[in-house]
Amino acid sequence: MNTITAVAVCSYDVLLPERGVAALIGQRQIALFRTHDGTVYALDNHDPVSGANVMSRGIVGSRGDVPTVASPMFKEVYDLRTGQCLDDPDVTIPAYGVQVVDGQVLVSAGDE
Amino acid sequence: MTRHLVIVGGGMVAHRLVEALRSRDTAAAWRITVLAEEPRMPYDRVALTSYFSGRDPQDLSLGDPELWNDPAVTLRKGVTVAAMDVEAKTVRTTRDEVIAYDELVLATGSYAFVPPVKNSEANGCFVYRTVDDVAALRVYVERLRAEGKEVSGVVVGGGLLGLEAAGALRALGATTKVVEFAPRLMALQVDEGGGSALARLIRTLDIEVLTSSQVTRVKTTSQGAARAMAVADGPDLPADVVVFATGVRPRDELGRASGLEIGERGGVVVDDSCRTSVPGVWAIGEVACIEGRVWGLVAPGYAMAEIVADRLLEGEATFPGADSSTKLKLLGVDVASFGDAFGVTEGALDIVYADPVAGVYKKLVLSDDARTLLGGILVGDASAYSGLRPMVGRQLGADPASYLLPEGSQPVQLDLPDDAPVCSCNNVSAGTIRCAVREEGCGELKSLCGKTKAGTSCGSCLPIVKRLLNTELAAAGVEVSKALCEHFALSRAELFDVVRVTELRTFSEIVERHGNGRGCDICKPVVASILASLDPAGHVLDGERATLQDTNDHVMANIQKDGTYSVVPRIPGGEVTPEGLITIGEVARDFGLYTKITGGQRVDLFGARIEQLPAIWKRLVDAGFESGHAYGKSLRTVKSCVGSTWCRYGVQDSVGMAIALELRYRGLRSPHKLKLGVSGCARECAEARGKDVGIIATENGWNLYVGGNGGMTPRHAQLLASDLSDEQLLQAIDRFLMYYIRTGDRLQRTAVWVNEIEGGLDHVRDVVLNDSLGIAADLDAAMAGHIDSYVDEWQATLQDPEKLARFVSFVNAPDQPDADLRYVVERNQPRPATPAERGQMEPVLLSGPRLEVRR
Repeated sequence: MNTITAVAVCSYDVLLPERGVAALIGQRQIALFRTHDGTVYALDNHDPVSGANVMSRGIVGSRGDVPTVASPMFKEVYDLRTGQCLDDPDVTIPAYGVQVVDGQVLVSAGDE
Repeated sequence: MTRHLVIVGGGMVAHRLVEALRSRDTAAAWRITVLAEEPRMPYDRVALTSYFSGRDPQDLSLGDPELWNDPAVTLRKGVTVAAMDVEAKTVRTTRDEVIAYDELVLATGSYAFVPPVKNSEANGCFVYRTVDDVAALRVYVERLRAEGKEVSGVVVGGGLLGLEAAGALRALGATTKVVEFAPRLMALQVDEGGGSALARLIRTLDIEVLTSSQVTRVKTTSQGAARAMAVADGPDLPADVVVFATGVRPRDELGRASGLEIGERGGVVVDDSCRTSVPGVWAIGEVACIEGRVWGLVAPGYAMAEIVADRLLEGEATFPGADSSTKLKLLGVDVASFGDAFGVTEGALDIVYADPVAGVYKKLVLSDDARTLLGGILVGDASAYSGLRPMVGRQLGADPASYLLPEGSQPVQLDLPDDAPVCSCNNVSAGTIRCAVREEGCGELKSLCGKTKAGTSCGSCLPIVKRLLNTELAAAGVEVSKALCEHFALSRAELFDVVRVTELRTFSEIVERHGNGRGCDICKPVVASILASLDPAGHVLDGERATLQDTNDHVMANIQKDGTYSVVPRIPGGEVTPEGLITIGEVARDFGLYTKITGGQRVDLFGARIEQLPAIWKRLVDAGFESGHAYGKSLRTVKSCVGSTWCRYGVQDSVGMAIALELRYRGLRSPHKLKLGVSGCARECAEARGKDVGIIATENGWNLYVGGNGGMTPRHAQLLASDLSDEQLLQAIDRFLMYYIRTGDRLQRTAVWVNEIEGGLDHVRDVVLNDSLGIAADLDAAMAGHIDSYVDEWQATLQDPEKLARFVSFVNAPDQPDADLRYVVERNQPRPATPAERGQMEPVLLSGPRLEVRR
């Protein structure tokens, strides 16, 4: 049985609306984003197109009703909820579960 | 069975024939061999003069290069045909190779005619026909100038080519005179009124014009080089360089030698299907004599190429008669002539509008009832050309005078009939264009031109093609969208006005009132840029504005391929002290950064990690450096040559001016990045004409050029104003930049903006110099606001702990470097490892030998 562990990463207050930050969970780099409505999303920080760890530095916005982030490198746009690339159906970034508990952001990043 | 077509000649018309035949010969009935005398691919001879504005001959290549990779096509360059044997159906090259053909097309074009003037072969005498001619002329003039000589040039011939050549000589920095035998310039295209308007306009460009003058001989130096041109009635004209542009003659010698029928005034006689008098031999283009004359224009040549392609495939096409309309921008002066320009039709009426002060002459020729347009001449302002030319032979349906009045009085809407020719180079009608939009799904200009070929040759019809496209889309219920993105239905210029008028200062307010959703990577940086222009005192990282910035502006550095950044300290005008250079060098060494001098005379430091940026900038700011804004859509650099301070040729202090300009406009946000250049003399060592704003010193002040650069389509800047004082120069640049910032599209460079703004460069000049829109005071105030509120972004950031808190690698491990970064040392400096290197080796180098971490 896989155990999903939620790891406390940072306090909610340090997240600025519509911007991302990078965080380390073990050796894994993740990107946390807080959208305009206050929701927090977590994707892998690795940009699959450029190969650089930069997703946390993208512009946060929306496409239709979908909350999005655009890669700062080549501007592909991803669904923050699922990591699905909206410009290329073959590309996805791993997405992680996020909870905010007592002002702390907890990320469920698999069984590491 | 495959048959073999041999085309003798490799010019524009030969190219068109191959293109037309290959696109229609779906059954692959023909194998084609093109024997081209010049050692290069067919190129756009009409655009030859653009070679002087820095274009590579390669850029003149025609059409799709794939054409020559077609297995059915063989292009043989540098091959000259010596003879043809029409009985045996073979041609023999000068290398004695014999090539058999089933059908032969002569497309040998014409050669430049040089009148019988004594010593016309002397060194320094040129014709203006091929890339090689033009290149030789350029090398010769540049060599004389390198010897420190003031070069005098004389162009013999005041027709199209002569004026082109005069422009080229002028661009090379030679004093230039045009000598024309006829009583006016461009005697074949314009009438007396047009000719004198043209001469007036050209004289204002510092080109002397002598009409009704006959040259008699070239006087030479003892070394046999040109030194002066003797004229029948008048003193000798100094002439280190002479360009003969006195017309062309068909290259019909192969046809003559083989007994083909030759026209009275030369040219291989063909019937209206382009067949010569000998079976199996065709002639097209400038070598062909069709309907009793030889046509020296490319459009009839193209029509002939299409006819032969059709006939080779068993079609029935015939020559439709040629349209000798021309529209040109000669030396920046518009000239157009179309239809029955001289009013030779019986009973024809003229309507003339002339404004000698503005340098405008316009004439329409109408039928005797003043209703049907027969032709016209436009000099100085040919904006009406693309709309009028297709109306030749048709009723205008409006007061003819309304087409001639100055721009702005009232735009005339033309409803072109379907059969009206829009692009005469490629013979495309209005109906074909409408059909391509309606039925073939061409929804934007590029695909439309690709599909129909309209606008792909001389381009003069592009405005009318674009209008047809938009009208057709609108009729189909497709809104012609200027929308920025899905969040804003407004264009950048409209959004700028909205924000300016409403004084909204946050993205949230702007998108709530005038857009929808939460924005994206397109509209957010645009709003950031607009806010930076309208509220220059605000910092890029202030409050919500920080969320709008793309990563470069957000960390005030340039992102590179591995996610690290490069840092560019401002070095105004490229002037830096030894201490400054040492500081930069020490910072680079201490942080293990790769260093490179940029194209804009700055030092770029690569490989800085996001968490290192504050420490790097602390050192640079302490040493007196400021942000170089290399990251923004903003003023980047002002390049300069060394100027009069040190240079023996400099006539003004280009370094001082460059520094003044860079400090004036530092931090200025704009639709695209901006670069300026200042050269201290006409030698142009700063390459200022390759910049958005280029300044070249003259004996009397500064010449101001605008709209250079152009990005992937390089453009030279065009002259906006001459001999400005320092104050006039600053004011003109202030207004130019601010007007561009207000009205430019997103990511629209100045080169494109100048071209696409209604009225073009003349309009911009009018706004900047004559305040034609009455907004100059407003533009001046906006620029003053920018200058007064400038604060170095990095200095302000270093003093603000909240902003500094963003410069961390990881929110929960602020100083821990990204463990995936790998570097390899090459030429003694670090560079990112390639994926292959990453796979096969141990981590090589992470950051510099000393890892400096911010405390």
